[in-house]
Amino acid sequence: MGAVKFYADLRSQPCRAVFIFMKANAIQFELEKVDLFLGEQLQEKFTQVHSIQRVPVIDDDGFVLGESGAIFRYLSRKFNVADHWYPAADLARQARIDEYLHWHHTNIRVNAMMTFRHIYINTVRGKPVKEDEVRRHKSELSKALNHMALYFLKERKFLGGHDISVADIQALCELMQLDAVREEGLYLSNPIVGAWIGRVKAAVQPYLAECEAEGVGMMKQLYETITSSSKL
Amino acid sequence: MALKYYFDLMSQPSRAVYIFLKANKINFEPKPIALRKGEHLTEEYKRVNPWMKVPTLEDNGFILTESVAILRYLSQKYKLPEHWYPHSDLQKQARIDEYLHWQHLNTRLQAAMVFQHKLLIPVAKNEKINEKKVQRFKAELPKVIAHIETYFLRDQKFIGGEDISVADLLAACELMQLFPVFEEDVYESNLKIKAWMERVRTTLNPYFDEGHAITYRTRDSYKKIGPSLGAKL
Repeated sequence: MGAVKFYADLRSQPCRAVFIFMKANAIQFELEKVDLFLGEQLQEKFTQVHSIQRVPVIDDDGFVLGESGAIFRYLSRKFNVADHWYPAADLARQARIDEYLHWHHTNIRVNAMMTFRHIYINTVRGKPVKEDEVRRHKSELSKALNHMALYFLKERKFLGGHDISVADIQALCELMQLDAVREEGLYLSNPIVGAWIGRVKAAVQPYLAECEAEGVGMMKQLYETITSSSKL
Repeated sequence: MALKYYFDLMSQPSRAVYIFLKANKINFEPKPIALRKGEHLTEEYKRVNPWMKVPTLEDNGFILTESVAILRYLSQKYKLPEHWYPHSDLQKQARIDEYLHWQHLNTRLQAAMVFQHKLLIPVAKNEKINEKKVQRFKAELPKVIAHIETYFLRDQKFIGGEDISVADLLAACELMQLFPVFEEDVYESNLKIKAWMERVRTTLNPYFDEGHAITYRTRDSYKKIGPSLGAKL
């Protein structure tokens, strides 16, 4: 049994989440970069691996699997990771994590991702940013963050309870994408979310640092360069 | 009763969980919430689910939202037959999880938006159907259908293999949202998908039809409403 093949671009939020999860659990993997900004996910080579043309994807000894949510559970069970990451026996705790991971797609992910994309892609291409779209997504994100704080977090330390889980890493990576366009204020302005994110970052700091250069760091640098040069 | 289920059969995930509860003969107290009457926006319902969406499950005070989480919770709590949501076959479980995560921004998003723009939005705004918006979402569906066929179903009878799973149930309910607005050709034109939808319906009947009662009635109403909104049937 060799290392897990991990098809990813660390500029993608769910790719970072899976990266951090594997690192935190010492799961051996080989990173095969699929450059999203060059459209490599749509090219023949990667399409042969995964016809859905999205990352992250893992190849575990011939078993190919997409979708970070599915990858989390598969790896948790296969590598018998510490239970708190994705509880198996405690029905209620598992349910709460499942609930977050599914609610995440159309609430946190869509709105954070679209806010980022509208600002980043247009700025990098020198095109005007669609302000009304950005406003709409920011407004939706704000509502979602409020629900995250009052329903998922409440007085809990983490989204699933008193221990960190895959739900926290998924949310962390999605929200940190906003840092690349200097919009971290969107999530930091909610004190409950701000405190929670500090806890998650502290828990996975070394692994977060490892994906900084190829991930948020890379995009932030380009964005800062373009926006500062346009002020000259 | 220990289990309370808040739902509206107009909502695709509400239907899926409803059909699942019925097909597995799980006792529950039905708590219908009429979305069209704004019953999900009442203070009473907000106390149950502050996000104000359906479906919601209440199990002896334990509140759970998100149809996928509810389906898994019920499968495990009631120790239902493995095929619904495998847990001992890692790869089967993974493939079903993969569909259930992928569907949010694929099957669900596109099919739901076609339905919204062909019925709910024009009615709410008292306007004609915005064809551009309908086409925008409709254009994404052939790819979604192709992926369901070639990646998730492959040459199997169901997404999980030989037997039906929650992935098939949810997928079928989402695609059925196209039926009341006369857009079923989107999935029926793919013969493998058409056969699979029939298989899902046959396997789950009479509960599939029971869960889709409002969907079928809406199609009947649409024969008049549709053309008045500018739809060509």
